[in-house]
Amino acid sequence: MKQVWYEVSGGLMLKIRCENKEQVCARLLKVEEIPSMLRDAENAFKVRFSIRTALGDKAYVWDTNEEYLFKAMVAFSMRKVPNRETTEISHVLLCNVTQRVSFWFVVTDPSKNHTLPAVEIESAIRMNRNRINNAFFLNDQTLEFLKIPTTLAPPTDPPVPIWIIIFGVIFCIVIVAVVLLILSGIRQRRRKSKEPSEADDTEDKCENTITIENGIPCDPLDTKGGHINDAFMTEDERLTPL
Amino acid sequence: MEKARPLWANSLQFVFACISYAVGLGNVWRFPYLCQMYGGGSFLVPYIIMLFVEGMPLLYLELAVGQRMRQGSIGAWRTISPYLSGVGLASVVASFFLATYYNIINAWAFWYLFHSFQDPLPWSVCPLNHNRTGYDEECEKASSTQYFWYRKTLNISPSIQDSGRVQWEPALCLVLAWLVVYLCILRGTESTGKVVYFTASLPYCVLLIYLVRGLTLHGATNGLSYMFTPKLEQLANPKAWINAATQIFFSLGLGFGSLIAFASYNQPSNNCQKHAIIVSLINSSTSIFASIVTFSIYGFKATFNYESCLDKVILLLTNSFDLEDGFLTPSNLEQVKSYLASAFPSKYSEVLPQIKNCSLQSELATAVQGTGLSFIVYTEAIKNMEVSQLWSVLYFLMLLMLGIGSMLGNTAAILTPLTDSKVISRHLPKEAISGLVCLVNCVIGLVFTMEAGNYWFDIFNDYAATLSLLLIVLVETIAVCYVYGLRRFESDLKAMTGRTLNWYWKVIWAGVSPLLIISLFVFYLTDYILTGTLKYQAWDASQGQLVTKDYPPYALAVIGLLVASSTMCIPLVALGTFIMRCFKRKGDTPPVA
Repeated sequence: MKQVWYEVSGGLMLKIRCENKEQVCARLLKVEEIPSMLRDAENAFKVRFSIRTALGDKAYVWDTNEEYLFKAMVAFSMRKVPNRETTEISHVLLCNVTQRVSFWFVVTDPSKNHTLPAVEIESAIRMNRNRINNAFFLNDQTLEFLKIPTTLAPPTDPPVPIWIIIFGVIFCIVIVAVVLLILSGIRQRRRKSKEPSEADDTEDKCENTITIENGIPCDPLDTKGGHINDAFMTEDERLTPL
Repeated sequence: MEKARPLWANSLQFVFACISYAVGLGNVWRFPYLCQMYGGGSFLVPYIIMLFVEGMPLLYLELAVGQRMRQGSIGAWRTISPYLSGVGLASVVASFFLATYYNIINAWAFWYLFHSFQDPLPWSVCPLNHNRTGYDEECEKASSTQYFWYRKTLNISPSIQDSGRVQWEPALCLVLAWLVVYLCILRGTESTGKVVYFTASLPYCVLLIYLVRGLTLHGATNGLSYMFTPKLEQLANPKAWINAATQIFFSLGLGFGSLIAFASYNQPSNNCQKHAIIVSLINSSTSIFASIVTFSIYGFKATFNYESCLDKVILLLTNSFDLEDGFLTPSNLEQVKSYLASAFPSKYSEVLPQIKNCSLQSELATAVQGTGLSFIVYTEAIKNMEVSQLWSVLYFLMLLMLGIGSMLGNTAAILTPLTDSKVISRHLPKEAISGLVCLVNCVIGLVFTMEAGNYWFDIFNDYAATLSLLLIVLVETIAVCYVYGLRRFESDLKAMTGRTLNWYWKVIWAGVSPLLIISLFVFYLTDYILTGTLKYQAWDASQGQLVTKDYPPYALAVIGLLVASSTMCIPLVALGTFIMRCFKRKGDTPPVA
């Protein structure tokens, strides 16, 4: 009898399958074996591969060589655990490989004839998850270990949030622009309030020199712009009103 | 010597200012929603009819009044009739409310803009929970974009009663938004005239870029065909016509006094009829243009979600039945499902509750408007595009330009009457008045940065300016046509611009528009009365979705106060003027010999 895999489904009913899928091996179980079987069932993990989803056209075919690679990766992960450096590829057992490409696996310890506890396997796989993924060109979503939660990447928090930096820059620019505009407005107003007072001074000087004849200021050289010659009578006054 | 009134440097600045004011966020986030709700392509029929019957004439009326009276809203209506200066005051009050709550949208746009410079975009991934074993619960139940909006941006409380504290991040953005507005209005028309070149043209550039990008997105045609297939039976629905009229009315920003303020800085000989037609046509075509962009983005988002839903169903079936990876495709999904149902009935019935019914139509039919559209739906579409940071920056810059352009008009409506008033402008320079107005609005606006701020925002958005504007514009039309006299106004315009008034405008101003506005007013009132208690949508963090709740009594009181404070100005000021005149007359009569 070769490596036997079993799954427990409700109550004490045990379905026994052999390594070749779909074959039900009938085997009478001794009562003492049942507790160990139950324990071993807990130490099994279901794995699921989604190769075509991940790679599309470049998908490779799942065959026994790929299974060998998988066993090698699991054995490698177990070897990194202290006290388990002697794990061999033959200690890793796969069973129930489906078309989906999903299967169950356990890691056995032949010297003590039991399967290694799930906690150890879980921690070993978690530590080396990245290496296992890379060996198959997959990631955490396409190579799923069903009872092992993925370790989520911690969020990258820069010491100063980026948005505050950009906010600070724009805030300073706006404040500088506002201050500049206000200052230039004040300067313009001061210049305007100086000009009328200067214009008033020149007008006072002019007034002293204007001579008046017949009620019309006689000023051939018009200092105010020189377009209107007041020496000539305006049109309206020539025509006597009716 | 009176100081000369500041003028626009050229008529192009005036047109750009009007476009910048009228083309605002409503064109981008309200019109596409209405189009979707009221029959797609067939909504354009009532929309265009209302544009010619209501929008253009009323816009021309306001511009003509402003250009003729050469004063802000209060002074202009006082010139028409001293009893009607209440109309101007009501406009200023409505503009004040609008300015207070509108700038928070600019603050939110700044917030999203500053966050767009990160990789990955912060609203595309859910944050981790405390022990780093999974994603945050609220984010899982809702989506990452909803989580970013409701939790990170607003930090919204479960109901309007839980006010919470002022959030310092949105408060900072609000201060920045007001500083930017102050910078633009600081020097009056001199600075505003230059800024509107940007705020009017940049949104069109961005919309054009988005149009090209949107039309080339996968699934865009789904959205466009959904929107533009006319559902002609909606033409018989009175709500479609009412919403078309309302949309034109509010989209042009009539009744706030901004258009009067802008036109008062015009040369008297300016051809405001031509400008009115240009501005209203550009406003409506921008709405249609923006809805093309929005619907191609909708189509992309809906197709993306539909395909993700299908992928999830395929994965579920593949895993449950251990089928070969890649065997199930969207095309053979239905066949395989029926095969599985017949071959493995017990197992299929176990899996059945988890299988979602994916439907492209239901994804497209999720109609969203308002802030939800801009900050949730659009960001969801953007995060799935390539180079999403670039698209995000462009989009929020466009929102900012639209928002600031409208704010310039709002603040002009408040500042022009203040600077026209000799009492105030003698004591304070223009810069100080603008600064004071911005400061007061900013401080009041901090209310919207509290945890319950978004609920107060919705109150202001729905009630602060809707009813009162209808009343204001109604009184304006009646005042110009019947109190001032249509013939007198006509001869004024002829003297001013040299062109005779077309009979079309006369007919619409005197007859059609007042009737239309009265019917809109009656509809709104009956709608409010029939709905009974007013309700609002509150965000429930535990469920990750919106729930409907009733407003508490003090919120209803605030709503009543908002509506009353602007509408009551009109009768109260008229009454006050009447009483003052009576006193004056009583004081005058005895001494006459």
